[in-house]
Amino acid sequence: MSTQATHTNGHGAGQGGHGDHAHGGHELPFWRKYIFSVDHKIIGVQYAVSALVFLFVGFTLMMLMRWQLAYPGQPLPLFGRFFSDATMPGGVMQPEFYNQLGAMHGTIMVFLGVVPLAVGGFGNYVMPLQIGAPDMAFPRLNMASYWVFLPGGVLMLCSFLMPGGAAQSGWTSYPPLSDLATSGQTVWLLAMVLLITSSLLGSINFIVTIIQLRAKGLSFWRLPFFVHAQFVTAFLLLLAFPPLEAASVMQLMDRLAGTSFFLPSGLVVSGEPLKVAGEGSPLLWQHLFWFLAHPEVYVLILPAMGIIAEVIANNTRKPLWGYRLLVSSVIFLGFMSFVVWAHHMFMTGMGTAMSTFFQTTTMIISVPSIIILTCLLMSLYGAAIRFTTPMLFALAFLPMFAIGGLTGLPLGLTASDIYLHDTFYVIGHFHYVVAPGTLFGLFAGIYYWYPKVTGRQMNSALGKLHFWGSFVAINGVFMPMFFQGMAGLSRRLYDPTVYAHGRGVQPLNVLISWSVWILAAFQLPFIVNFFMSLRTGEKVAENPWHATTLEWAAPSPPPHGNFLKEPVVYRDPYEYSVPGQPEDFHPQFAAEA
Amino acid sequence: MDAVSPEEIRKHVRSYVVVFVTLLCLTLITVGVSYLHLARPAAIALALVIATAKAGLVAAFFMHLISEKRVIYGVLALTFAFFLLVLFLPSLTLFSNSGSLVG
Amino acid sequence: MSDTAIPYMVKPHPVTGLPNGKLGIWLFLASEVMLFGALFSSYVLLRTGAAHWPPIEPGEAAQLSSQILNVPLATLNTAVLITSSITMVMAWASLKLNSLPRFKLYLGATIVLALVFLVVKYFEYSHKFEQGHYPSHNNFYAIYFTLTGLHGLHIVGGILVNFYLLTFGSKLWKTDPEQFTNRIENAGLYWHFVDLVWIFLFPALYLL
Repeated sequence: MSTQATHTNGHGAGQGGHGDHAHGGHELPFWRKYIFSVDHKIIGVQYAVSALVFLFVGFTLMMLMRWQLAYPGQPLPLFGRFFSDATMPGGVMQPEFYNQLGAMHGTIMVFLGVVPLAVGGFGNYVMPLQIGAPDMAFPRLNMASYWVFLPGGVLMLCSFLMPGGAAQSGWTSYPPLSDLATSGQTVWLLAMVLLITSSLLGSINFIVTIIQLRAKGLSFWRLPFFVHAQFVTAFLLLLAFPPLEAASVMQLMDRLAGTSFFLPSGLVVSGEPLKVAGEGSPLLWQHLFWFLAHPEVYVLILPAMGIIAEVIANNTRKPLWGYRLLVSSVIFLGFMSFVVWAHHMFMTGMGTAMSTFFQTTTMIISVPSIIILTCLLMSLYGAAIRFTTPMLFALAFLPMFAIGGLTGLPLGLTASDIYLHDTFYVIGHFHYVVAPGTLFGLFAGIYYWYPKVTGRQMNSALGKLHFWGSFVAINGVFMPMFFQGMAGLSRRLYDPTVYAHGRGVQPLNVLISWSVWILAAFQLPFIVNFFMSLRTGEKVAENPWHATTLEWAAPSPPPHGNFLKEPVVYRDPYEYSVPGQPEDFHPQFAAEA
Repeated sequence: MDAVSPEEIRKHVRSYVVVFVTLLCLTLITVGVSYLHLARPAAIALALVIATAKAGLVAAFFMHLISEKRVIYGVLALTFAFFLLVLFLPSLTLFSNSGSLVG
Repeated sequence: MSDTAIPYMVKPHPVTGLPNGKLGIWLFLASEVMLFGALFSSYVLLRTGAAHWPPIEPGEAAQLSSQILNVPLATLNTAVLITSSITMVMAWASLKLNSLPRFKLYLGATIVLALVFLVVKYFEYSHKFEQGHYPSHNNFYAIYFTLTGLHGLHIVGGILVNFYLLTFGSKLWKTDPEQFTNRIENAGLYWHFVDLVWIFLFPALYLL
């Protein structure tokens, strides 16, 4: 492995690193060093920054929707006038626009926000460092993945500009509605093709890198749990996405070529029989969509679990409890995630044998999740906990993920799902897992690895303010939704007050909306901290957290090629507080001493 | 592939030709069988068996799968399992009640 | 180009026995199995749920797939693709036997055969269009055009990759013959896969 000059200024501080040299010692031009870079660290930052912007956009769409839900039919103050008559005449949200916001919020958060940050950002940046590799196995393919992702994301946002607006058939795009929807849906499908392609290229890279480029001594059972999580995630992406790509092609055919893959016979639209061949199956779409979308939710959670495991081990100064159990569980979880998908379709009329099958697999899949949570909880037992900012987010993750997971059980059981399907209960369930779950994990990751990426620490006081405000507000957002769902309030409903049972829980909508806007406000300390610390954060050396995994052997930030000398691994990943050792941590990369 | 001697390559080439001829024959057989207009289940089974045999030959010899490494076998085994899942479970689920396309 | 040397780009990994590219292409093929798998699944589902297959045209008698589609042409195409598979693997073997001219001959033949396949498909498609039978006609045509169309796009992709390797890409033979041979092997794996898909497509759509 070749390494480059030992300049510890990378790219983050904006001072222009000198670590990137092409053959012959010429420095790469700006556009090849920072724009079309093949360095996994730059690409990781590109993904992360893009994803954070998209997360902000997706969150803004929800902030808008929450006004309509809290104050149905009321003109939006201050910002209402910026919207067109097609979307919010007089500042009052149109139902079609509400549907666009809903569909795009889900799509953007899942495909442009969380996964690109968790996998494209953290996976790309941290994983090669944690395995002691100089870069990904296919650096140019890595660059291609990002540069297919970004146009896909931009195209997705551009769907708002189409006549009739953006996609508005839910992030799930169920036909016949989506087949017949306005042109924004076609843009959604085309953007998804780009995003899926980007994801496939990335997953190939991740798998080959983890299998082939591990440092000497880094056997499978010595890998940090973060790498195991990313490895399983990559397989999920590789094998589960193609059916959605196939389904998207078929929906494009329905919309553009007049086919009837998903259009049943006898459809009547606005009083007129639809002039298509018919004999198609709307449920075919649902099967192919959920074949991806169920593994996709494990894509959403697994990287965050990986981050949490790293942060917990580091801040408890103890090895992870049940490391091998954790690894076996995450592999089993990945496999099981492919056989549960129709629990999203219990209400579609399947026979009792098949619904029992899917109910059973769904109950089984909760076992590895519980094991993982238990191992992480047990890791706290007897620990000398350091309440750093990443650790606060990691600690909060545990009960939040528990709530999310437990509330999934009545949805996985067919009998109770009959009542709860498509209510706000579902929204509460999955948001607990992905918002105070995954998103908190990602925040933990940002605070944890920021020093590695930038060479500086983030401000601890601002971090704690960000954490506490977010933790309280986010529970204010999602906890009431369970009660709304149990009261029977449907999701994707433009005006909840049209129903008596909706009116009964309308005060909760006001509480939720204000919690959302307060949650938004508490992101400001984070944003300020993020940018301010680039200039004024306390400078750090390679291993400010006194951690044990390989990424902390590299300079902060790492130069092109990552390590100053070829890393060798001598022991397990979490050798903290080993009796007889001078320090309370014994890094994987430290030679026997 | 690892360093292979020219003599080994020539042996491979011989096997490629044999496989090629076999594939052409199997193609003619599968077309011929289709003219027999067998009952649906038998026709499907026979066509699939022949196609699988052809695919197996291409995979084993042209794609060198017969002498591949365990990692590749592992990836393909996993893939094949999920392939079967996506191929059959949607239909099985959809037709488990009414036999109609709309559930 | 990447200026960090990535290990096992050419030499195989000591434990897995694989160079990176070969593992990568097999993973890609795994995803392609799932892609075509989903389309075959759709075919199974739509066909099982159909009252008649192929769907009966209003006012006409029931037909078989083999009566609607051109079996002789498709049989020819099957033979063309099988032949292109052997020429592809012979192209790789020629490199292993150190003969660049033979390699170019075989790879060129592969490309020509692929083009022949596309020309035959062109005739098939245009004949259907002349009869007014577009994908929208019914689900038989819809799945036929979509499955063979996506397969055809993969053929086009293969032609482009092979053409690049035959022309600009072959310069690598002079500087790193082993890496170039690996690339041809990987391109071959992709090409054989495309042949594999057709081996199932042909009976599924035309004969059954």
